[in-house]
Amino acid sequence: MSEVILDDSNFESEVIKSDKVVLVDFFATWCGPCRMQGPIVEEIEKEIGDKAKIGKMDIDGNPVTAQKFGIMSIPTIIIFKGGQALKTLVGLQDKQTLLDEINKLV
Amino acid sequence: MENIYDVIIVGAGPAGLTSAVYSARRQMKTLVIAKSLGGQAALANEVENWPGIENISGFELMNNFKAQADKLKIEFNFNEVLNISKSGDDFVVKTNKDEFKTKSVILSFGLTPRDLGVPGEEKLKGRGVTYCAICDGPLYKGKTVAVVGGGNSALESAEYMSKLAKQVYLLSNSDKFGADPILIEGVQKIENIEVMCFSQIKEIKGENKVESIVVADPRDESKNKEIKLDGVFVEAGHQAKTGWLKGTVDLNDKGEIVTNRDCETSSPGIFAAGDCTDTIYKQIVIASGEGAKAALQAYKYVVAKAGGYMKPDWGKCKTVNGGEEKMKLQ
Repeated sequence: MSEVILDDSNFESEVIKSDKVVLVDFFATWCGPCRMQGPIVEEIEKEIGDKAKIGKMDIDGNPVTAQKFGIMSIPTIIIFKGGQALKTLVGLQDKQTLLDEINKLV
Repeated sequence: MENIYDVIIVGAGPAGLTSAVYSARRQMKTLVIAKSLGGQAALANEVENWPGIENISGFELMNNFKAQADKLKIEFNFNEVLNISKSGDDFVVKTNKDEFKTKSVILSFGLTPRDLGVPGEEKLKGRGVTYCAICDGPLYKGKTVAVVGGGNSALESAEYMSKLAKQVYLLSNSDKFGADPILIEGVQKIENIEVMCFSQIKEIKGENKVESIVVADPRDESKNKEIKLDGVFVEAGHQAKTGWLKGTVDLNDKGEIVTNRDCETSSPGIFAAGDCTDTIYKQIVIASGEGAKAALQAYKYVVAKAGGYMKPDWGKCKTVNGGEEKMKLQ
């Protein structure tokens, strides 16, 4: 498995209706800290295996979802479970913090 | 065996990342704790004064710093350091999440955007209150925003935001701007920028996100008005956020960490480098140089504590009586 590329059209099926815990990395290509966050999220995806789903969404092309979750600063990471946004983390996050937050919810 | 670092570096800008590379190359067990990577340098559009490279984006330059640190397998922790205390010969560094023990500390957390210090600001940070137009600007496409400040960075932000936002209010406390005349002239010509002189921001209002601001005339505070908007871009300069270090190391009247020419602070074992210190020039190359110096000094300190001393061999730093060996065995 690898990271799921999310957009406004597949967000509902991939995230909201997922039976797994889903971590979504909201980013933009012009955002420096996001480019540092990206590789960290990729590592998480490799480590977490089947326990959770890891997705990323470019907020520039997908304003509907970004607006819905009130993304006003990036990178923002939201962890979803059962269709609910249970944890929102704003700013650059390290690997351990993200793994801990996922493990709290799975 | 207790997990103890040789050095903990607070901050990951030019000074911190250079310190990290120098520490790791001295075989020191190194941990970098920082809230973000690259510091202010990573936000610079273009860096044209990094020796050996004619022109590079700040982000790319700092990414190179980080890649070099990663090659040396340096440990990173992205949390906020809350305090540093002494524990026998060692230090305990406490973050918002964990506690770490270390033999030495390097403070290199640079400068932080200055807060406005008005009601609502803290609550709405990241919810419409932002300190970086380049970072968050594109999230305000077609919206109404205020830029607060009167310096070059405020005017540059206003100009940048005018291309994205529907309406930009530029708020200044007086009728003077401390910016380059060419910038002031430029901004005044832009149609969707409304320059508001004698306009001091008093409060930021909003439930879950910024909804409005209250602005008063500093000459007569009874004259105030409320402006509806979506974002507040704070450009009130930068400061060394060192309140948490009061009593730990000496600070000057600007809040900068007082250091001597060898990057030593008033507290033995705690070193400091870069823009958070009282160094007179805030420059990438100077911060990096000071970072290297701080790491070498920390190395010397740790080796001396372990009973070794360094031969003055200008850079090779070999111990002459096995201090390095002892250091590793602990």
